[in-house]
Amino acid sequence: MHELTTTRHNHLIDPVLHVWGWEIPVYLFLGGMVAGMMIISGYFLFKGKTKNTDCSCFLAPLISIVLLSLGMFALFLDLEHKLYVWRLYTTFEITSPMSWGAWILLLVYPALIANIIIRFPDKLSDRFPKLKELSNKFAGKYFLIKNIGIINMMLGAMLGMYTGVLLSTLAARPLWNTSILWLLFLTSGLSGAAAFIHMIAKDVEERELLAKADNGFLTIEIFVIALMLIGLLTSTEVHKDAATLLISGSFAPIFWVFVVGLGIIIPLFIQLLAVNHKIKHTPLAPVFVILGGLILRFVIVQAGQVSHYINAHF
Amino acid sequence: MSRFGMAIDTVRCVGCMDCVVACKTENKVPEGFNRDWITEEAFGNFPNIQLEIRTERCNHCEEAPCVDCCPTGASHYHDTGGVVLVNHNECIGCKACVASCPYDARFIHPDGYADKCTFCIHRVEKGEDPACVSVCPTHCMTFGDLDDPNSKISKLVKSRKWHVLKPEAGTKPHIYYLT
Repeated sequence: MHELTTTRHNHLIDPVLHVWGWEIPVYLFLGGMVAGMMIISGYFLFKGKTKNTDCSCFLAPLISIVLLSLGMFALFLDLEHKLYVWRLYTTFEITSPMSWGAWILLLVYPALIANIIIRFPDKLSDRFPKLKELSNKFAGKYFLIKNIGIINMMLGAMLGMYTGVLLSTLAARPLWNTSILWLLFLTSGLSGAAAFIHMIAKDVEERELLAKADNGFLTIEIFVIALMLIGLLTSTEVHKDAATLLISGSFAPIFWVFVVGLGIIIPLFIQLLAVNHKIKHTPLAPVFVILGGLILRFVIVQAGQVSHYINAHF
Repeated sequence: MSRFGMAIDTVRCVGCMDCVVACKTENKVPEGFNRDWITEEAFGNFPNIQLEIRTERCNHCEEAPCVDCCPTGASHYHDTGGVVLVNHNECIGCKACVASCPYDARFIHPDGYADKCTFCIHRVEKGEDPACVSVCPTHCMTFGDLDDPNSKISKLVKSRKWHVLKPEAGTKPHIYYLT
């Protein structure tokens, strides 16, 4: 026998940690998707796709800024000492991924705004002619636009990576304590972004390209999930227990059905048929991918809080 | 430099919870929360069963993950004895420190900031023992400077068998459980 009895019953801590509710997974999901959209949009800018006025690289940053603001609002809602939020910007704590994230987010906004200014959507620039004048200043400056693309790709990658590193440095939760989590969140963010832009893209060729790219991201994501689980299973006892939560434990049904099945394998299958012209492109697969990405963040955040070190010394 | 720590004699601890009550009174810990608590651990097969009763709290780790992950610097090592403390007016209540603690020693105070044991630093700086130590009826708790070889705690740690909680977490805790 091995029994532990404690008199402690702290709110949000016992019997298992549950300090983070819906706000953090939503923020991680939106942050990841914005990161993916910045990388894709930045790639289009870099490749000189701005000559095509239908390019989604003009609309994506506008949507990104809205989604990121929503995500940051969710993050703000999660804070328990809200009036002190400005304290994030009075210091830079090198060992704290959250501090890194706060400063990265501060850089992401100007990069997104620079991308938006290159060309505003027609509806906006028709209504506010000054916006068009602003965009005209970028006309023909391909070197500058390329550099804005590079900056967007770099900051997008940093944003996507940090969302994973944020959790993986919290070593007390063995499920998060895997150095591959940043790659999982980055590829998931990229696949969600590709799916989203696929839905809003006006250009047929671009839609085709994004569906193909999404298939690539989803395939990589499967391998990353497999590697993450193998890594945990071949590690210490607490890490094995953490992996079991996803493989056959209480989070297994939602993980295998909604994250892996409906979120990755089925949309991958649908999109493979679509890119091979067996079926038409529909929003079904992208919607599955996006929802799968959201549920992935929920599963990882919640299961991570359940995973813990063994509270015993014998 | 001083390095404050605590040695808790698990042979003497009876789990009376006087330390818990003293802490709640001294530090005005809100209802429903605890900065310290009692854990009973039983292990073995009948009739060979071992039982350890111990009073637990923040371990004031030398390599505290809660300090590393804090985005505002609110969680910090105090100049006196390396005690891990939280500046309430710098804490944003992000809860990263709560999630980072392998001992689940932190909680969010109803006023919004992260809270935990302070080793009663306000008493220690006046030369007194922490409240929990001062009330223990079995004198199972010893507080002192681990860097002072002549301190009672250093002598106990040197002469007795001990263990720390979750050493595999690599946090170098400053609370020693004497066995």
